[in-house]
Amino acid sequence: MMNAILSSFGASERIARKARSRWLPEGRRGPMPWIIAIILFLTILSAAAALGLGHALSQMRGELAGGYTIQLVEADAAKRDAQVEALKGFLNEDANIEHFDVVPRAQLQKQLEPWIGGALAQDELPIPALIDVTVKQGTGQQQITTMTKAIRQAAPSARVDAHQSYLAPVEETMRVMMWLAVALVVLMIFVTGAVVTLAMRSAHETHRPTIDIMHLLGATDIQVARLFQRRMAFDALFGGAVALAAALPLLWLLGNRINAAQSELMGMMTLPLFYWGIIVMIPIAGVLYAVLVARLTVQRTLERSL
Amino acid sequence: MSGIIEFENIGLRYGADTDILSDISFSLLTGGFYFLTGASGAGKTSLLKLLYLAQRPSRGVLKLFGEDVVMMHRDRLPGFRRRIGVVFQDFRLVPHLSAYDNIALPLRLSGMDEFELAGPVEEMLGWVGLGARADALPAALSGGEQQRIAIARAVISRPDILVADEPTGNVDPEMAKRLLGLFEALNRLGTTIVIATHDLPLISMVPQAQLMRLDKGRLIDPTGSLRYPPGQAQSGHEEGRALGKPG
Repeated sequence: MMNAILSSFGASERIARKARSRWLPEGRRGPMPWIIAIILFLTILSAAAALGLGHALSQMRGELAGGYTIQLVEADAAKRDAQVEALKGFLNEDANIEHFDVVPRAQLQKQLEPWIGGALAQDELPIPALIDVTVKQGTGQQQITTMTKAIRQAAPSARVDAHQSYLAPVEETMRVMMWLAVALVVLMIFVTGAVVTLAMRSAHETHRPTIDIMHLLGATDIQVARLFQRRMAFDALFGGAVALAAALPLLWLLGNRINAAQSELMGMMTLPLFYWGIIVMIPIAGVLYAVLVARLTVQRTLERSL
Repeated sequence: MSGIIEFENIGLRYGADTDILSDISFSLLTGGFYFLTGASGAGKTSLLKLLYLAQRPSRGVLKLFGEDVVMMHRDRLPGFRRRIGVVFQDFRLVPHLSAYDNIALPLRLSGMDEFELAGPVEEMLGWVGLGARADALPAALSGGEQQRIAIARAVISRPDILVADEPTGNVDPEMAKRLLGLFEALNRLGTTIVIATHDLPLISMVPQAQLMRLDKGRLIDPTGSLRYPPGQAQSGHEEGRALGKPG
């Protein structure tokens, strides 16, 4: 009766689990949890860098896409103004233009003030006229080329520059850094796999006499593999928790520093909430991965025995 | 009675060394009681290893429970091993498990409920006279006590075949007699017993037992009764003739 009551509460299964856990000696944990902690910590940082850079790139692309500046480099102010007027007419009629703004001359002079000083009179220095243009979404390169030719016909001194081209070197550098971070994450995955494999092979060798006895008493490979898998799960859980506990405050601090810099470009690297979710999932994925590698390694090692 | 263990021209060698076992052919009947004797190095332990599936033979056909286990996929072997109880010569107790846990190991491996196994394990501990040492680790037990735990572990799951390598080598004559009584009781319940021993007085205590003798890796079976036991005489003889062996 008592047995039945206890069994119904899963007590028997708990006792059995405890008994099974003793099949391999517990002993000292060794450096494995700390090695996993270091690897996962570096993985989280690399992944955060990759996500931040990826986010910044996509933000940048979104903001720069379709943006062009028309520069009218004409020394003669009257001619320049005439070309501006001609272009305004053209841009108003072009179906591919979302909107355009003629940058006020005063604004241009203010921007140049640090270099040429404020003492210069307005017309003493020929300053190009600038028109910011945004083309409609979906406008193809062919249409852009046609439009550029038409602009040059309307205003021979016009130079059309895509906003994306200004930041192309920065974008390229960011892309390289992002892929470098991704490569580091991939490398960490390989390292984790290698470390777990080596640890499992070593543990298997250490416990070989016990495993042999268990095999001869009818233990299946799965039963033996579970013992190692369970041990690895505890090590990886510990390592994952330590890695997350160390990485989250660090990333939060870095985020604060980036925000404090008040740079629009750096601000783009600030991670949205969804990405923080991904970062938190990394140690969990790491634990599952380590457990899977441990199981497969032990099973493959056992397959070599009878 | 049918053949539960069948060896047909079994040979065993390690690497390029000479044969440990050569041309071993016999058939053991379900419920039989067999002693395996022979000088040291005759191949008794090697033959037993084949029996409890610690090793596959280099050649020949080995059938257990009617199935050829030589080419059998290893995933199926645990099921066979659970039907075979083994008393190892060196006991092979798990050093970090208590006497209780060592005895319970085969039952736990077969997935028996903890509450179900407690009774049989305690009963078996009492039977081998070690009820008070249930929590002792093997290192804290004497050689004889370890041997009794090893025997208890081998018989706890009421195996179809019990294989024992010198099972009474470390116990006093009184305990040896008691353990032999346990083997006989199991045998009466249908378990096939195969015991490798040098102990001639022990052999003489089981008059119904059949004797197998190994000499330099070959089985001495002058009457042919092991090769062609009564239950299989007809088919065995025909097969023997077909293979060109004496009938």
